[in-house]
Amino acid sequence: MKKRMAVRPLDIGKGRIEMPHGSGGRATAQLVEELFLKAFDNEWLRQLNDQASFHVQGGKMVVATDGHVVSPIFFPGGDIGCLSIHGTINDVAMSGARPLYLSASFILEEGFPLIELEKIARSMAESARLAGVAIITGDTKVVEKGKADGVFITTTGIGMVPEGVRISGDRARPGDRILVSGTMGDHGIAVLSKRENLTFETAILSDTAPLHELVAEMVACAPDIHCLRDPTRGGLATTLNEIAHQSGVGMKINERSIPVKGEVASACELLGIDPLYVANEGKLVAICGEKDADSLLSVMRDHPLARDAAVIGEVVEDEHCFVQMETAFGGMRVVDWLTGEPLPRIC
Amino acid sequence: MIKYVDEYRDGEVARHIAKRIATDVRPERTYRFMEFCGGHTHAIFRYGLSDLLPPAIRLIHGPGCPVCVLPIGRVDGAIALSKQAIVATYADMMRVPGSNAMSLFRARAEGADVRMVYSATDALQIARENPEKEVVFFAIGFETTTPPTALAIRQAKIENLSNFSVYCNHVLTPPALRGILDSGAELDGVIGPSHVSAVIGIGPYDFVSEKYGKPIVISGFEPLDVMQSILMLVEQVNSGRAEVENEYSRAVEGNGNARAQMLMEEVFELRDAFEWRGLGWMERSARKISAGYSEYDAEIRFGLITSSASDHKACECGEILRGIKSPKDCKVFGKACTPENPLGSCMVSSEGACAAYYSYGRYK
Repeated sequence: MKKRMAVRPLDIGKGRIEMPHGSGGRATAQLVEELFLKAFDNEWLRQLNDQASFHVQGGKMVVATDGHVVSPIFFPGGDIGCLSIHGTINDVAMSGARPLYLSASFILEEGFPLIELEKIARSMAESARLAGVAIITGDTKVVEKGKADGVFITTTGIGMVPEGVRISGDRARPGDRILVSGTMGDHGIAVLSKRENLTFETAILSDTAPLHELVAEMVACAPDIHCLRDPTRGGLATTLNEIAHQSGVGMKINERSIPVKGEVASACELLGIDPLYVANEGKLVAICGEKDADSLLSVMRDHPLARDAAVIGEVVEDEHCFVQMETAFGGMRVVDWLTGEPLPRIC
Repeated sequence: MIKYVDEYRDGEVARHIAKRIATDVRPERTYRFMEFCGGHTHAIFRYGLSDLLPPAIRLIHGPGCPVCVLPIGRVDGAIALSKQAIVATYADMMRVPGSNAMSLFRARAEGADVRMVYSATDALQIARENPEKEVVFFAIGFETTTPPTALAIRQAKIENLSNFSVYCNHVLTPPALRGILDSGAELDGVIGPSHVSAVIGIGPYDFVSEKYGKPIVISGFEPLDVMQSILMLVEQVNSGRAEVENEYSRAVEGNGNARAQMLMEEVFELRDAFEWRGLGWMERSARKISAGYSEYDAEIRFGLITSSASDHKACECGEILRGIKSPKDCKVFGKACTPENPLGSCMVSSEGACAAYYSYGRYK
């Protein structure tokens, strides 16, 4: 480690973000070294360059980026820190790729307590460590009080796709089966339960989790998985509509086979929202050929993050690209895109 | 945990009732029933209820959607208020287009302080937290949301919260029902209001059977409630009866909720007339804040004059709200008018016939 630049260390306990922390000067360097580097420490970051360099093998590389503005910053089952790691890892993983490196960009509001920032950085570090990826470069900006809401984090991730894997949202074909990896709506309801104007009692925790290891096992079992996507904002309904439009197909799903926790269903009932539109942060939708469905389902159910996996329907021909659902009541209805913004800043 | 919900969504029971309806309907006729409330419309589409009914049953969607019946002039009024005060309202109201494609959402993007709340008490809290600013609650709804608004006004008076006021747009159900029946809509029966009836009771619907000779069944919002009510209406029609029946007896008592009624009496009085989208001006069909609480009336405090404004030329919300046209009959439905860019109010709320049809029923 190089010689300390600052004489007096950051007062993590009582200190707050001040404008100079984003000036690029000594205060910025001190914040990076004493807070971020301390949490994320790795060989690339330690060089303190404006970029990180590393060697890559040949093959197909993927890159994904994801901004995080969740409110509140700390919610049952997680916080903006781990969410910002899982969000990007999952976007990378939905191509079938193994995520390798991450970058992180922070927009901080003047006055934000350092102790909360440290907590967030530790949460990011822990999530990255558990997921086996490194945060190798980053950026910090500070805006005046009132111009942001505490902290916004944008992460970018890169990963390598195994040979022969060709997962894409435009590959759903009539006859394919649609699977989900578990219960729908947990994250959104956990976050909503802590909104200041909406406090309600629930034991629901966010499902935020990195899905790349689950994906690796799924791809090993069925390399010809057609589509993978994590149903985050807009929930399952929106994800299925996206894929239907990308692939130019329709879908028929069965309400009774979609796993939803009892507490989530109750909270949705109270709030007048539909769990199919509520965000998830540790679940995926998989679409595969009929022949792969059974084995894929069984591999998923063997993984701790997909114990409640289920086949929820199939892909059909439909020039209108409608997602239709047989309701538990016995009728049919369209499951449309999410309209408006009923649940803002959920991730 | 909410209990006693799944019981009212049981597919097995639904099929059983459906079978009885199918057996009971007479082959030579159709049964045109209007579900008054948007809550019913929503349940019918969301659970795919019409797939279970024989073709002889025709469901006509009524005007019981608070967001839908509010005329453009009142939306313009709220937008005008947002230039002078924090306006707090229910989420759906923010998307309803006023004149010149303006909405509270757009007003907010242009700098107005418009807040989404879940109840009148949330608005009260905003007033407590912003003592230096005026806070207006943009109140809408039938008799279900009226008592909570009354409570908030009374509480404001108790706390002497002088920066709080209410832009009152609460409307009454019975006059709207009378308006529909007078408009010549061809109906064989009415699926009557659910939560509204829990407040006002059953008595106010007597005129439906006595004056207009139509059967009405007060029905809950769960899909099985609606199925059961349809069966009860079919039986009334077949036996030539026109009575007020109560399917929703688990929540609705004959006289309604006396405390809520007293509260409404105390805080509100009837307006001489009020403009409804689709139904026009109707006498004694809405409430305003009573003289005893007039200092909390935003219309008085801000000298707001509401003027009539006409709907978008191509919009058929009026005819749709009267049950004369179906969303499919509207030329702009699903084209120029979608939930993302609504031209008319029926495309905004999930209880609106157009939005329900667009979001749930388009595959037909």
